[in-house]
Amino acid sequence: MKALRNYLDKIKPNFEEGGKLAMLRSVFEGMETFLYVPNETSKSGVHIHDSIDAKRTMTAVIIALVPALLFGMYNTGYQHYLAIGTNPGFWMTFVYGFLAVLPVVAVSYIVGLGIEFTVAQWKKEEIQEGFLVSGILIPLIVPVDTPLWMIAVATAFAVIFAKEVFGGTGYNIFNVALVTRAFLFFAYPSAMSGDRVFVRTGTTFGIGEGTIVDGFSGATPLGQVTVASGDPLGSFQMVDALGHPLTTWDLFLGLIPGSIGETSVLAILLGAAVLLFTGVASWKTMLSVFAGGAFTAAIFNLIGTTVAMSLSPVDHLLLGGFAFGAVFMATDPVTSARTETGKYIFGFLIGVMAIVIRTLNPGYPEGMMLAILLMNIFAPLIDYYVLESNIKRRLKRAVTK
Amino acid sequence: MANVIKIKKGLDIHLKGKASEVLLTAKKSDSYAIVPDSYNGIVPKVSVRTGDKVKAGSVLMTDKNRPEIKFVSPVSGEVTAVNRGEKRKVLSIVVKPDASIEYEAFGKKDPSALTPEETKETLLNAGMWPFIRQRPYERVASPADTPRDIFISTLYSAPLAPDFGFIVQNQEADFQAGLDALAGLTPGKVFVGVKKGSAQKWSGVEIVEVEGPHPAGNVSVLINHTKPINKGETVWTIYPDDVIIIGRLFTKGIADFSRLVVLTGSETTERGYIRAIAGCTIRSLVEGKLLEGKEHLRIISGNVLTGKQVSKDDYLYAYDNQITVIPEGDQTHEFFGWATPGTGKFSLSHTFLTWLLGKNKEYVLDARIRGGKRAMIMSNEYDKVFPLDIYPEFLLKAILAFDIEKMENLGIYEIAPEDFALCEFVDTSKIEIQKIVSDGLNLLYKEMN
Repeated sequence: MKALRNYLDKIKPNFEEGGKLAMLRSVFEGMETFLYVPNETSKSGVHIHDSIDAKRTMTAVIIALVPALLFGMYNTGYQHYLAIGTNPGFWMTFVYGFLAVLPVVAVSYIVGLGIEFTVAQWKKEEIQEGFLVSGILIPLIVPVDTPLWMIAVATAFAVIFAKEVFGGTGYNIFNVALVTRAFLFFAYPSAMSGDRVFVRTGTTFGIGEGTIVDGFSGATPLGQVTVASGDPLGSFQMVDALGHPLTTWDLFLGLIPGSIGETSVLAILLGAAVLLFTGVASWKTMLSVFAGGAFTAAIFNLIGTTVAMSLSPVDHLLLGGFAFGAVFMATDPVTSARTETGKYIFGFLIGVMAIVIRTLNPGYPEGMMLAILLMNIFAPLIDYYVLESNIKRRLKRAVTK
Repeated sequence: MANVIKIKKGLDIHLKGKASEVLLTAKKSDSYAIVPDSYNGIVPKVSVRTGDKVKAGSVLMTDKNRPEIKFVSPVSGEVTAVNRGEKRKVLSIVVKPDASIEYEAFGKKDPSALTPEETKETLLNAGMWPFIRQRPYERVASPADTPRDIFISTLYSAPLAPDFGFIVQNQEADFQAGLDALAGLTPGKVFVGVKKGSAQKWSGVEIVEVEGPHPAGNVSVLINHTKPINKGETVWTIYPDDVIIIGRLFTKGIADFSRLVVLTGSETTERGYIRAIAGCTIRSLVEGKLLEGKEHLRIISGNVLTGKQVSKDDYLYAYDNQITVIPEGDQTHEFFGWATPGTGKFSLSHTFLTWLLGKNKEYVLDARIRGGKRAMIMSNEYDKVFPLDIYPEFLLKAILAFDIEKMENLGIYEIAPEDFALCEFVDTSKIEIQKIVSDGLNLLYKEMN
């Protein structure tokens, strides 16, 4: 390690202001701080610092996303082989999914980090870590058969217009990954919905050839709910890709069609455990989202005039991107409410909005994305009112004494 | 005891190098100095010249804007230098001490028999006034004001801080005399915060027991939980060690600035209390007591959270009763620090496995900031270590934007930079919070006066 350190020290002058490679200074600094914790010491204020930094925080989130990512890869393969009616064994299934998902991850990182690096160099700042998380969130919330060029365009749009124009990580109003998803949904609606996009039926790098079996349908359970919106109550039954009925347990495990990382509530809860254990995400937000969702679903149950309304609260929380959004998106500290009281309100309203959109909007089966983006707008307002109450308390104190 | 404050928010950082309750011997300092930068809110006007003979208690400089505030020599001897920096800013006034100290005589007085004006006069003449600081703005108090109340916290809760119970031993009468003098200055009360369960009994004051992790000992906590400051009110604060010195002025009639300074930190060989006089050289305190040669050291006048970095040739800052020595850490290059499990690294968050080792493990922390500077990302970090009814993050943003109305509304008059020290310590984004707050307070003062 000594040799590496010496080498870095040797080439460092080239990247300083006026050096030959000054145009790559941010990249060099990024690499250097990636390899070594900076040895910069404090100049003012406190003399000692907590060991945590932005890199460590982001690392914790990425670790939390690993279960959902791995499960998503396996499920991609699983759905594919279900569609062509063969069972190649666990490893083959995983390899297929791995190869199908990897390009999506790669495109998202290359486009996003490329823009981050460029902007950092342009603004003469350090490279910020924010996109390390966004870059892995994006593949997890898109359907597997989304064309790669669309992902590239959407990622570029989100990073530039949802983040960099506001000033970079820490200044953005909207969750970057969700903006990517929203851009895909509204810019390419035909490619983003329908039965086929959630299950890859074709081959991946030549693997997994086969013909689709009869009766196959790649519709997600929520998609089926939308299709069945006019059906009489009681006749609706959620089914898997081959038409077998789905139990609550199936929905929890997540071997069902859906966006890559959002189907398995089990894997998401593992991630949630990591986030809460390390204290990186707020349990207040997470809990409130689930509470808000369950509360709203229960109310719709009481009305219960359509299939969507009569879906039980448990099903609502397990289906679609609800759990994924609650655990990984709503808890994004930058775009969520920043006061502790505000987090309860923010989370609860996300849960409410998600179920309302799902239930009352026949055109769009997935409400979580829009609910979180909507509440991102309202987060500062929520904080404003929480602060107002503190201010009022202070003024009242002055008057009474 | 009716008054008990119990706080939960906060953080005790257990550092290696705690001092034991022993007295250490130290070299005699070969020079003493007053450093105008020690005091916030004054403009120094030097009143001596090089070569002048002074006694302990003779005026060395005054405040240009409030000439009644005098700063006196802590020892008798000869003025050897008036050091100036850029724009002729006064850096220090140095006095070479005589073999034995000659004191200016101020006369013994009974503090409870004096009128407030007489007490003020006595304190001003003997150079004790700068010990008294005011809230809002955390600066040297103005003699023209009448404070609503006076607050003193005798609980030192910062990392490795001295124990006031030990310091006050055998000086109880002086401390009480100091309290009596202060009590005469306010129509309100003198609040004294004491460590929960301590046997300190003082008369004529309101005793408040304080319990909890740092910053429990910060005087802001005492104020906020007893009688918070509202807009337009002024309160005064003073460190208890300085109350003893004030007390001595009344009981002995001299300006005796000697005090106990605690030497702490992982890079010291001997740890304990040293009897020293304010303004002595750092060298006289630490010479022969440091682990030298191994790596660069950082000597801090004060504690690791609010102290100032000094070199051996600098002087002990006016209010400080602690020297902390930690490794500088600039020679350390930690490989893949963000990815390792992190045994041996201290963090409030649970992203490092050290939190499994329990709360009482002692750590050696160096001065590295341990990460790159970022925009504010995480929320609720500051709240966890900020036990006042104030939203630190939003107040900080108001200060950065210099939105005066918002700062007032969010409670800027109640805080001092030291209250944000722990926020700065735990901050993921490594923002220099205390500097922002202190600049903000000074700018606000200029704007309002």
